[in-house]
Amino acid sequence: MSAYLVTIGLEIHAHILTASKMFDGCPANYAGAEPNTFVSVVSLGLPGTLPVVNQAAVERAALTGLALNCRINERSVFSRKSYIYPDLVKGYQISQYDEPLCSEGWIEIRTAAGATKRIGIERLHIEEDTGRLSHAEAGTSLIDYNRAGMPLMEIVSCPELETPEEARLYFEKMRQILVWIGVNSGNLEEGALRCDANVSVRPVGQQHYGAKVEIKNINSYRYVERALAFEIKRQIALLQAGGVVHQETRGWDELRGETVGQRSKEFAHDYRYFPEPDIPPIVLDATWMAARQAELPELPDARRMRFMEAYGLNLQDADLLTLERSVADYYEAGVAAAQAIGASPKEVANWVLNEGFRLLKDRGEAYEQLATRVPVAHLAEIINLVAQGSVTRSVAKQVFEESFDSGQTPAAIVKAKGLTQISDSDAMRSVVQHVLADPKAAKAIAEYRGGKTSAVQFLVGMVMKATKGQANPHITRTLLEEELAAS
Amino acid sequence: MSELHQLTLQDASAALAAGELTSFALTEALLERIQRLEPMVRAFLTVSGEQALEAARAADASRSSSSGPLHGIPIGIKDVICTRGVTTTCGSAILEGFVPPYNATVVERLNAAGAISVGKLNCDEFAMGSSTENSAYQVTRNPWDYERVPGGSSGGSAAAVAAGMVPASLGTDTGGSIRQPAALCGVSGLKPTYGRVSRYGLIAYGSSLDQIGPLAWSVADLALMLEAIAGHDPRDGTSANLPVPNYRAALTGELRGLRVGVPREYFVAGIDPAVEAVTRTALEVLREQGAELVEVSLPHTKYALPTYYIIAPAEASANLARYDGVRYGPREPGAGMWESIETTRGRRFGAEVRRRIMLGTYALSAGYYDAYYRRAQQVRTLIKADFSQAFAHVDLLATPTSPTVAFKIGQKLDDPLAMYLSDICTLPINLAGVPGLVVPCGFSAGLPVGLQLIGPAFAEEHLLRVGDAYQRVTDWHKQRPVVA
Repeated sequence: MSAYLVTIGLEIHAHILTASKMFDGCPANYAGAEPNTFVSVVSLGLPGTLPVVNQAAVERAALTGLALNCRINERSVFSRKSYIYPDLVKGYQISQYDEPLCSEGWIEIRTAAGATKRIGIERLHIEEDTGRLSHAEAGTSLIDYNRAGMPLMEIVSCPELETPEEARLYFEKMRQILVWIGVNSGNLEEGALRCDANVSVRPVGQQHYGAKVEIKNINSYRYVERALAFEIKRQIALLQAGGVVHQETRGWDELRGETVGQRSKEFAHDYRYFPEPDIPPIVLDATWMAARQAELPELPDARRMRFMEAYGLNLQDADLLTLERSVADYYEAGVAAAQAIGASPKEVANWVLNEGFRLLKDRGEAYEQLATRVPVAHLAEIINLVAQGSVTRSVAKQVFEESFDSGQTPAAIVKAKGLTQISDSDAMRSVVQHVLADPKAAKAIAEYRGGKTSAVQFLVGMVMKATKGQANPHITRTLLEEELAAS
Repeated sequence: MSELHQLTLQDASAALAAGELTSFALTEALLERIQRLEPMVRAFLTVSGEQALEAARAADASRSSSSGPLHGIPIGIKDVICTRGVTTTCGSAILEGFVPPYNATVVERLNAAGAISVGKLNCDEFAMGSSTENSAYQVTRNPWDYERVPGGSSGGSAAAVAAGMVPASLGTDTGGSIRQPAALCGVSGLKPTYGRVSRYGLIAYGSSLDQIGPLAWSVADLALMLEAIAGHDPRDGTSANLPVPNYRAALTGELRGLRVGVPREYFVAGIDPAVEAVTRTALEVLREQGAELVEVSLPHTKYALPTYYIIAPAEASANLARYDGVRYGPREPGAGMWESIETTRGRRFGAEVRRRIMLGTYALSAGYYDAYYRRAQQVRTLIKADFSQAFAHVDLLATPTSPTVAFKIGQKLDDPLAMYLSDICTLPINLAGVPGLVVPCGFSAGLPVGLQLIGPAFAEEHLLRVGDAYQRVTDWHKQRPVVA
């Protein structure tokens, strides 16, 4: 395997989040709708209809270009890409060809080994999505045009990915950025984000690339990695057996775990691109460009760096806190609130990552739900209760969970359940005496008296258990030591 | 009052406003005339009699002092323009029975102005042709001589006006399809500047060339029609966002100081000498009225025909790709999806449409694009530049419209090239995107000849003023064929 060089490029198709479709006012939020209910005379391509560019889609695509470090072209052109298939209503797809909206960008990925690698982006262009064909019984096919005319961005990487892992990381990174800047839902299952992978292998020392095989329509991270791993092995085995790799399009068959030939080069389409006469070229001026620049938020990598530098977080925590923008925003709001009560950013990170993430995972909820489940004010309140000594840390965790599930304020939960930390020495002393009289304590008492002072921890645990965690651990320890010394 | 079918739009409008005539009576009279003459003229593919009478009654009821000039006026619409609920076929078997669920913007605007559509007019299939013989349904006859073509592709629109079936109609013009039939049928016709009138709802042939425009007896009538349909439309990205002038107010009759360019490339071999003579006489009339005639040159004119026959078919090859029988229109059976699509397209597109789809597909193919399509676009730029340079020196240009008068039905049907040459004087105007006006200017062997006036982009006011001034001192536009 090491005798071969692998070259991979990805083409990512991402729906652009807009209220209406790419070329008319037809509503775009068709997810879950009955087939053919989100259509219009324009999105159905009825005779005589004309496309009018959705300006919001251009704005979001350009914003994406900026996030991917691309050049936004002052002039770009829509073209017609001709091919006949029933899911394509006009017999051509309106796309961009030789003058795309964005060119020459890059993003960075970080491999499991910790290395950072910059992957070039050749172009980003806008196009419209097609309908969906499903093959029914008895040789009939059904078509749903709800998706027809949806705004799409096609993002083409440079052929700079060298392993299936890198391809997966690139796809993940792309999704993170698109969702972060709010231009895509990130929903892979619904096809809001899909990718085609181009892969070739060549013996080390060979200058020119090997024949390129395109793997179509991959809609999960796992499939990208598995499909590419399979395809690379297949090509290398073929070459080693003295065979020839042909340029072709293959599909990933997840059930069989292999790529399957779909269309070879002899049947390659001639798309007969030409400039779309119904849409004048898009010309963008400096004011427009400046407005897009102003919309660009701090991106995940920059934010992760800042979290590490400003809040002293380690890489792992900073990574987790910047997976999604809602989490990062939540965390920073928490840090600001905690600062007012003297708590550290690290303390906030622990709450978010340990308790927050645990509960989200357990309850099967999305990251963005955290701010709704435990508003920043509640989080700050919990941190404050611990800092003030009003509740123990373990009680605070219970309160967090209660608050997460019921939405009640932490103070209300503490009050209703009588969870306030017991610091009253008199009340505590009787509990301590009761615990010391328990036969289960005998062994630890003997050890303590034998000089093993750490044995007192076991007794503290018994007191905590007896008080359901409400006992102040410091006072408990002092009282235990006093009682043991006295008797 | 003369007979109702002889009224110009302006006359009918005045009579309606004065209460001397009702829209119902006018519409009824014209529907009767249509019924009587259709067996000979065959201008209509659909006559919406009941709907028209109902609309006429409503127009009479809603008439007020603020009613505009088109209120209650019956008109006809070329069958490539979408009309909600009324069959729209483009003269093609592939759209047989197709009923659009929406109105073209021009139809909406005419409705808003109170005009009444009496039906859909015949044309060459998808507006591809110069004789209306390419219609899948019927051959429209020239009211001046039933053995001759009305021109095309808006042959139905021109013949219906010439036969007195409607005072005005809408046509479309991609390479001369309003102007050539207007000339051959002896009526006035205007192809507006590309972008002046919305194309939304016009079933596309050559998207960068198509433009909707009016046909009527007089230039004054064209001004009324244009004012109603022109203007920016947010549903057409190529429509110009410019105010619509008051075209009626532009009709001052003034010609003094006007510089009229006469391009020498339009008066060459191939033009029937009799047609040229009639055209030159018309130019003299302009001179007598105070215009100055200046010979100019449009040196790239000879490339217009090949340029057009690459660009228009290329665009058409994509525009017509949607007709597969899957979503609308009739579907021919076949063993499987692909065979059904191929059979539907193979059987239901006519020969000329298939020819242009193949021409266009070839011109856009990998390996040929640069030699054909790209080169054609470059030449188009030169042709446009010819016009801009000419308009730096003259206010407008005057040329023949068609090299010949109306030819016999069937005469050019087997010779596509001869048919294509019929548009030699009109094609360059579409390539340049500028407006062209045709006015009747005389007869040759008893058949009408039209003078073409060409203006700079968005100078329709200018063109209409000159055309109207010409009609104030001539009566060619008042000559009516004797039809029975």
